[in-house]
Amino acid sequence: MATEILNSVHIHRSVHVGDNIENPLVELSHVEKHYGDLHVLKNINLKVGKGQVMVVLGPSGSGKSTMCRTINRLETIDSGVIRIDGEVLPAEGRDLANLRAEVGMVFQQFNLFANKTILQNVTLAPMRVRHMSKRDAEDEAMELLARVGVDSQAQKMPSQLSGGQQQRVAIARALAMHPKVMLFDEPTSALDPEMVNEVLDTMTQLAHEGMTMICVTHEMGFARQVADNIVFMADGKILEAGSPEQFFENPQTDRAKDFLSKILKH
Amino acid sequence: MTGFSSTNLSEFFSLFTEYDILGAFWVNIRLTFWSAVIATVLGIVLIIMRISPISSLRGFAAGYCEFFKNMPLTIIMVFMVLGVFGQLKISFSDTFTINFFWLAVTGLGVYTAAFVCESLRSGINTIPVGQAEASRALGLSFMQSATQIILPQAIRGAVAPLGNTLIALLKNSTVAAAASVATETSSLMSTMIEFHSEHIIGIFLIFAVGYLILIIPIGLLTTYLSNRLAVRR
Repeated sequence: MATEILNSVHIHRSVHVGDNIENPLVELSHVEKHYGDLHVLKNINLKVGKGQVMVVLGPSGSGKSTMCRTINRLETIDSGVIRIDGEVLPAEGRDLANLRAEVGMVFQQFNLFANKTILQNVTLAPMRVRHMSKRDAEDEAMELLARVGVDSQAQKMPSQLSGGQQQRVAIARALAMHPKVMLFDEPTSALDPEMVNEVLDTMTQLAHEGMTMICVTHEMGFARQVADNIVFMADGKILEAGSPEQFFENPQTDRAKDFLSKILKH
Repeated sequence: MTGFSSTNLSEFFSLFTEYDILGAFWVNIRLTFWSAVIATVLGIVLIIMRISPISSLRGFAAGYCEFFKNMPLTIIMVFMVLGVFGQLKISFSDTFTINFFWLAVTGLGVYTAAFVCESLRSGINTIPVGQAEASRALGLSFMQSATQIILPQAIRGAVAPLGNTLIALLKNSTVAAAASVATETSSLMSTMIEFHSEHIIGIFLIFAVGYLILIIPIGLLTTYLSNRLAVRR
């Protein structure tokens, strides 16, 4: 009911996120996307600087996952421009593959390769895409697995690991490509509550090491503590952007106030 | 109709020495083996085309599968002999029997490839879309993600339908008679019935039991492998 009322309210203002950032690592400008009649991304403008952690919040169906997935073109866009480190996102082919190799992605469902061991999951792309030797790739993979605390599971199959372990492997797999930026698409939403923290700890550690990150999440504690910038989306639009303090203490729009009142009450 | 007497029985058993029944089954096994090789290779090429990002390749592969799935095998076999060999003069060997054997293998192979492709497609449907997304997100090319991630999982998920396709192929190998492969089982059975019509039921049973002996183990093996190889998620 509430959303219906809010849907009918037109907000003409479109928020440009990080407008003052020079040489942004990720830049979306005037991005639009439709699924048939459904307008899922409406004039998205945002810039993420090197080393920044941006957390995208918003209700389900607000387009935040879709926006995250457009950044490595798992979703195509209808119009607008997406740039990674100054270069326009290629449409297809080898150029696109090369760019995707620079953008790490962590999915809600982990998506570890079910036919490969944990170690092979991490070494596959460095060997096939970066043409690393098996020995070097495995040495580095073991280091990364140790960093996320699952090196003892290296020879197992993904299905033998807990969800939290699988997600940490997925993070190691993405890091093995030395990405310029990491995208997290609701990385803890499919996890048992007990396993959420181990993944968030890994992400926090990564943020402190200076990784540029864009995280779509419902973890408010993480957003508050780790984010440099909060972006709030609803109905395909960016409604608000600002520091965690600004957003959580003093939300500007009714939609954000409504959202926060629902999630922070309990 | 006379009952089974000892003379009757020994006459019946003399059929085994008079005719090369095992040899005939061996012909069908060889036909099946080589057609399976062709069908597997072609089926894999077709499924890669079917999931490829290039729409003309997808269209061609879909058309191929629709065409051969809906075409009676007998017509394909007759076409191999009368069309490919008779009209187009394409020949595998100067030796009559070898030539017809390979014509039959080719016909069976291109026909069965459509079913291999469909089986693999059902295997691909068992793979969560995230597997492909994850491989593309890492920068793997289409061919790399197809050969490293998608096909290995598709094949393991398609063991049961692939087994059924192999069983159908073994049975279909008897249609090679239509491509003038005269030494295979169904041709031999017709010949035997022609000269020993008094043993018609017995002759039928020989071939029926022979096929059961060949096919039941394939079924058991597929069920076993299907569980054994299933991708754990």
